Parts: sequence; C-alpha cells; structure tokens
Amino acid sequence: MSTRAPVDYIQRTREQYDALGYPAYEWVHNESPPPFAELEKPLKQCKVGLIASGGIYTRGQIAFHYKDDFSYREIPTDIETSALRATHFAYDLTDARRDPNVVFPIDTLRQCVTDGLIGSLADVAYTFMGGIYSVRKVETLLAPALAERVVKDEVDVVLLVPV
Amino acid sequence: MSSARSITESANPPRAVYLDYPLGHTSGKPDDRNNQLDIMRATLAAFETIDSPGTIVDLLFEWTPDDSWKDRVMRPSPKKEPGEGQKAGPKQAGAKEDSHSDDRVARFDTPQYQTEDDASSADPNCPTCVFLTDNR
Repeated sequence: MSTRAPVDYIQRTREQYDALGYPAYEWVHNESPPPFAELEKPLKQCKVGLIASGGIYTRGQIAFHYKDDFSYREIPTDIETSALRATHFAYDLTDARRDPNVVFPIDTLRQCVTDGLIGSLADVAYTFMGGIYSVRKVETLLAPALAERVVKDEVDVVLLVPV
Repeated sequence: MSSARSITESANPPRAVYLDYPLGHTSGKPDDRNNQLDIMRATLAAFETIDSPGTIVDLLFEWTPDDSWKDRVMRPSPKKEPGEGQKAGPKQAGAKEDSHSDDRVARFDTPQYQTEDDASSADPNCPTCVFLTDNR
C-alpha cells in the first residue's frame, strides 16, 4: 500500500486559480451523513447500473462540448468497445481513447457478470462529461434526471465512475 | 470509484473506494485486464462490506513503485527542458504552448469529437443523446 499522501486536487486547484488570478472554485461540500441504503440481496444477484463522467460517447452520437455541457448519453451495455469514444477538457485522454475501460469499465463489468460476481448489468449505462462548473445544473437537473433513469431501470446498485 | 480523495471527502457520497491513480484511470490501467478486474472486484466488494455512511475504502493499488507522477499534477514545470514537456499526451485544440500561463484547454461550446469520422457519422437527431432544459 502506498503510504504517501493522495494528490490534494482541491488545494492544487486553489493554487492554480490563485496563480491565474481567478476566485477560488467552490467545490461541493456535504457535511451531514449521506443517505444510506442497505444492500437487499447478495451482490451476485444484483442488477448493476453504471454512470460515468469521463466524457464517453459512441460513434454515431453527438460528442460533448466543453462549456458546461450537462447533457448525457445512453450507452447500451452490449456495445462493441471499439465504438466507444472519449472527449473531455480536463484530463489526458490518451489512455481512455486506447482503452475506454480506464474510465468506463464496461468489459470489466461484463466479465464480472460472466464470472457470477454480479447478477446482471442494466441494459443501458449513462455517461456525461464531468467538467461542469455549475453545481446548480448538476444538482437540480442532471443528477435528478439520472437518478430517475436508474430507478426506472430497476437496478439494485449503481456504480459511479467519475474522472 | 474515485481517484481524487479530497474531492470525494468533500462531496461525501454514501460509499466510495479510493484508487491512488492519476486522473483518467478511475477504473484501472489501459489494456491491463487483470488490473482492471482486480480493482473492480475490490470495488464491488465494498458494496457489501461498507456499513457506515460516508466510508471511503482505500484500495491497495499503486500506479508506479514511486509516486513521482504526483509532483507533476496541475503543476506544469515553469521552464521546459529540451525534449521534455511535449509528451504529456495529444495536443488538444486550443491548448496553449506556454506553460507559464493557463495550460488548460479552451472551452468550446461545439461538440468535440475524437475523430473526423465521428463528426461526420453523428446523428443530429441522436435519440440516445439527452439534452436537459434549463428553465432558469
């Protein structure tokens, strides 16, 4: 195990913004204990949903833009991995374009279904591009829309994969 | 899953696993199926083992034997040595050359496709692209 400290992205963002003369970015901060739902069945019987914010889209879809794009994409979970694309302004896309599983673990999760570790995958995964500066748009529009989708999909758990 | 512990601590989700990898590798190393599966198994296990809201489980994986990659995160070197500084990934449209100034990517409000072919094959009426309406 690494004994060295994790990169403090909040602190480094503050330093970068200071150097550029920008006001400090206001990160989401939730104090109260988050809501917590117990798992109601063994994982190997669970239907698993996937939501990822690394800017994944498929060939044929409209790509994300870089200015507070709070749209999302439906990605069938039986998609050919070679049809997946990645676009994002805030991380190095080299590895995500080589192997989308680094930010959208679709082959990994399909293998976990095959191995019997999880019951099944939802038919559709949801993706967006996480570089959204408006907390309001995420909290009042995007997050509720995605929550509604996964409830309708009748998943037991949702795996969130941010970048 | 998280590769940014401080941000996850601040957002405070019900359950989280922390992977000490560079951003852009939240679920593993490229083309390394065993690594990706090991990480996913440990991640999925946390659904069953975490019993207290707000818990972050630290996953036991290291990107490299040393942590030198962390020194370069969001800290572009003020002065480029010859032959260095140009290998940090694909040149992105709008990226400035001068690392003294803002080295972030310009924020275009048009779709940023991975390839030309993606742009020409995109369905303008894309039924699986969901654009939410902001009434404010």
